[in-house]
Amino acid sequence: MRRLTLEQRLHPSVAIRALSPIAATLITILAGSAMFYFLGYEPLGTLRVFFIDPLTSVYGISEVLLKACPLVLIALGLAIGFRANVWNIGAEGQLTIGAICAGGIALAIGEKDFGFTLFIMVILGALGGMAWASIPAFLKVRFNTNEILVTLMLNYVALLLLSYLVHGPWRDPFGFNFPQTALFHSSAMFSPVLPGFRVTGSIFIVIGAAIIAWTIVTRSFLGFQMAIAGKAPRAGLFAGYRDNKAIWLGLLIGGGAAGLAGMAEAAGPLGQLLPTISPGYGYTAIIVAFLGRLHPIGVVFGGLLVSLIANGGESAQMYLGMHSSLSQIFQGMLLFFVLAADFLVFYKLKLVTR
Amino acid sequence: MSLLELRGITKRYPAVVANDDIHLNVEAGTIHAILGENGAGKSTLMKIIYGATTADEGQIYWHGNPVRISSPSAARQLGIGMVYQHFSLFESITVAENIAIALDRKLDLESLSAEINLISEKYNLLVEPDRLLYHLSVGERQRVEIIRCLIQNPKLLILDEPTSVLTPQAIQGLFVTLKQLASEGCSILYISHKLEEVIQICDSATVLRGGKVVDTILPSATTTGELAHLMIGTQPPTTQRQHVKINSSSTLEVCQLSAAAEDHFGSDIRDVSLTVRGGEIVGIAGVSGNGQAELFKLLSGEKIHSEPDTIRINNVGVSRLNANGRRHLGLACIPEERLGRGAAAGFSLRDNFCLTHHGRNLLRYGFIKYKEADRRTSQVIDRFSVLCDGPHAAAESLSGGNLQRFIVGREIELNPTVLIVSQPTWGLDVAAAAFIRQTLIDLSRAGSAVLVFSEELEELLEICDQIVVMYGGQMSQPVSRSDADIEQIGLLMAGEGFSFQTTAQGY
Repeated sequence: MRRLTLEQRLHPSVAIRALSPIAATLITILAGSAMFYFLGYEPLGTLRVFFIDPLTSVYGISEVLLKACPLVLIALGLAIGFRANVWNIGAEGQLTIGAICAGGIALAIGEKDFGFTLFIMVILGALGGMAWASIPAFLKVRFNTNEILVTLMLNYVALLLLSYLVHGPWRDPFGFNFPQTALFHSSAMFSPVLPGFRVTGSIFIVIGAAIIAWTIVTRSFLGFQMAIAGKAPRAGLFAGYRDNKAIWLGLLIGGGAAGLAGMAEAAGPLGQLLPTISPGYGYTAIIVAFLGRLHPIGVVFGGLLVSLIANGGESAQMYLGMHSSLSQIFQGMLLFFVLAADFLVFYKLKLVTR
Repeated sequence: MSLLELRGITKRYPAVVANDDIHLNVEAGTIHAILGENGAGKSTLMKIIYGATTADEGQIYWHGNPVRISSPSAARQLGIGMVYQHFSLFESITVAENIAIALDRKLDLESLSAEINLISEKYNLLVEPDRLLYHLSVGERQRVEIIRCLIQNPKLLILDEPTSVLTPQAIQGLFVTLKQLASEGCSILYISHKLEEVIQICDSATVLRGGKVVDTILPSATTTGELAHLMIGTQPPTTQRQHVKINSSSTLEVCQLSAAAEDHFGSDIRDVSLTVRGGEIVGIAGVSGNGQAELFKLLSGEKIHSEPDTIRINNVGVSRLNANGRRHLGLACIPEERLGRGAAAGFSLRDNFCLTHHGRNLLRYGFIKYKEADRRTSQVIDRFSVLCDGPHAAAESLSGGNLQRFIVGREIELNPTVLIVSQPTWGLDVAAAAFIRQTLIDLSRAGSAVLVFSEELEELLEICDQIVVMYGGQMSQPVSRSDADIEQIGLLMAGEGFSFQTTAQGY
């Protein structure tokens, strides 16, 4: 009898580990080409629309960065929690609450220009996300609830709260009854990096966050304790690290980053509060975090790649009439192959005869 | 003609040749020892005979005919039974149900219980078929495992380190059963590293070293010294003990400590009191599962107790502090599980050094001084002769013995005033074990209070100045080493003289 088994590699090669994302991308391109071919699209042209066209103009690059910013920011925060086995699926809700808090103060200040409105919004956005994430943290520490369920359910609560506000008390009285708030004053908004393009100064917050996250993960004792709590909880207990600390920190950092991303959306491309702030950034960021192997540098590249494919997918819809679900299938393929390649770095398949 | 014959059995694993051209003959009705150090290849060889794994090369003969044993059930059909060192029994069902699960034939529980009673009487293996397993002592569990094999009428019974979990009296009881079995024609493969036992009951012995057969000998015509020499290839190392000089500034005191078990299968701690003074080693003997694991966690700070003065280190009540807080007061601990508890798998030795040393000037503004940590990790590696690829080697890449050297070294490097260690030499070869024992003695003689939990009574008798016994979560009065009497300690281990009796019976 023959059967396939998995055998752990004794010495996983460093070079192969570094090359595995590239190999996975190449396999995705091959498999994607096959899919496009059988669906009647010309593979090379389609791939060009997906990968090359978005990068051929400054506007295209700006759009890729625009989408990458919230994805990277949220994923940086989530990755720190995931490393400590804190499974925050509630970034979408934390993002929404961050946008509500920041948007609320922007609306309250209205037309007055203090000069530091935006700064207050940044602080409130982050605090709002953290406050929302502290609910599952408290429940987990106090009652040992499952943070996956609580964070997920709180997403719906947050979205409905936003919906209530923009349909009710915060609706723009001069907005022809549309469910939206008044536009923010210019002092309550990030200015574009380049005039005429949509990517805003919030990109510098993302760059700063990436550097901070990298420092926490690779250099700080805090990141070390959280990694131990996540990968070897009994060793953490033996060493005397408090696991509640990892839960609180993991959720607060993820919530803060997501709240900040929500604030940057409201004070950036939107300029007001709408019933939907994000096209699912909080969920896509989970994929980005894993694409980046939960490492800050990887997350930056993962966010850029996912954003590129999302923009490419939109182009494919526009120019090739491709259905939006196809571009999502393509994204799914990429994630599958990246994770499979990662797995095979540490394990090998072996045919055993017995 | 032999019952079982192995010719040229070879088994390779990615990093090691576990069995190298093994030849072995087991005659019918004999007790045949497989003797060797940890890592000599005994367990792999038994797995091959029992069909749990297959050899890369070589041939097995059964009654002189070549056979392929592709699975444990194929082995059972031939008439081979095996009792593993770590039992494979289910806690929440009865003895009879546990036996029924393993049977290849269908049988109703009533007639099975009758059959169990029959075997139990015949071989003096007392168990009650309808008792739930979690009530049973370790000795009883072993009897369940043996009956589970005997019920299938085996021609060959394999026992893997069967005495490692038993009290001295229970060991003698087991030997009577084994001799009776052999006299009825059932051969026994007896895997052990305990030389006295092999000499006492085995008819022949095959010695393995480094995966190869060194010699096959007649145990009754040899001495433990000769056997040890065969087994490890050199003279067995000895430990040096100096006189105890009490250092009253270092102490571990446990005062009327009681605590409920964390779960159903754990043991409650009942009114435990104990004092370990600086300069001496106190050993805690006992059959495993009598509260040792729970007590260790309470002492190490992995579990916190609400009354602050039940545990005192150097006269400070510490019960409410976590492990890190106690470490600051001079406590160091070495748990029995090395990978996953004493050291974190997936992390380098350097990271594992930081695990307990971060409070020793290794942090600056919340950042780890990695260069300094590297340097100090290398020092531990050098001082304690840890075989590894340097401070960046992953913890799981080390052999059990080397990882233990590293963990012991790391904790000793903390200069603890109190050291608590559990199963210090479990699974180590003789040289590594002797090194660790000597290290513990030296630490105590330098003035630290050392507490050792061990299932190996011989080890405790070798290194300890005082011995206490745990039974049912209680602790006996200390016995000093000079007065220690194996018989008496064995009776304590079986629960004699303790007020609280568990539902589990001794032998």
